[in-house]
Amino acid sequence: MPYDPRLVDPMRQETTRMGFQELTSVAAVDAALANLTGSALVFVNSVCGCAAGNARPALRLALQHGTTPEQLLTVFAGQDVEATDRARSYFGEYQPSSPSMALLRDGEVVYMQHRHMIEGRTPESVAADLTAAFDKHCGTPSAA
Amino acid sequence: MSGHVFHHGHDELHGITVVARHVDGTVFVGRFDQEDQGKILLLDVSTQPAAPEGEIATFLARTMKFGVRVDRKHLAIPTTELTSVTPLQEAVAG
Repeated sequence: MPYDPRLVDPMRQETTRMGFQELTSVAAVDAALANLTGSALVFVNSVCGCAAGNARPALRLALQHGTTPEQLLTVFAGQDVEATDRARSYFGEYQPSSPSMALLRDGEVVYMQHRHMIEGRTPESVAADLTAAFDKHCGTPSAA
Repeated sequence: MSGHVFHHGHDELHGITVVARHVDGTVFVGRFDQEDQGKILLLDVSTQPAAPEGEIATFLARTMKFGVRVDRKHLAIPTTELTSVTPLQEAVAG
C-alpha cells in the first residue's frame, strides 16, 4: 500500500532538486526510455530508510562529478507502481530492488547499483561506485 | 545522511541483504528483517539448493550482479539450523 503522499513528497523533492525528472506514468516512462539515445540514470526511489537514506545523498555527491549521465530520470517504487514496473521492464535480466540505480546507454543497462550494493554503506562509497560507472559509460564515445 | 528515513532502531542487520547458510547445505539470499523467538525472518528470498561450493559461488556472484531472483516473499529459519548469516557484499567479496 502506498504511503501518504505527504510523507513521500520530501523524498520526491530531494531527487527533483538534484535535477531528476519524475516519471509517474507508463506513458511518461515509455516516452523517456523507449527510444533512448545517449546515457540516462534511472533512480528507483524508495521510502526505505535502510538504503534509500543513503542512496539519495550518494546521488547528490555523484552528480557533482565531472562526468554525469545526459538524462536523470526517477520512478518511485511502491508509490507510482505502474510506472516503476514499466521502468523495470527496460532493465533486462536485472532483478527489481529498491532503491536502485540503473545506468543505461542507448537503451541498454550498462551498470546497475542494486539495493544490496547500497545497504550499510556510506553515501561516499556508493557515490564512488557511481562516478566510476559514469566515467566508464557516460563519456563521449570513442571513434573506433 | 538524509533526514528523510524510516525505521530507526532495528537489528543491526535489519534491511541488509544476507546470505544464510542452512545446515543441510541450502543457501538463502534475502533481506534480513528481524530475529525473534529463535528464528530469523528473511524477506524477498532466493534459494540455492545444496551444491558444490563452486556452484554456490556462481549463484552468489550472479545474485550480486543481477540481483535477488525472488522465489518466496517470506522465510523464517530457526537459528539452530543455520551455520552462518553474512551480508551478501561480504560473502561475495570474501
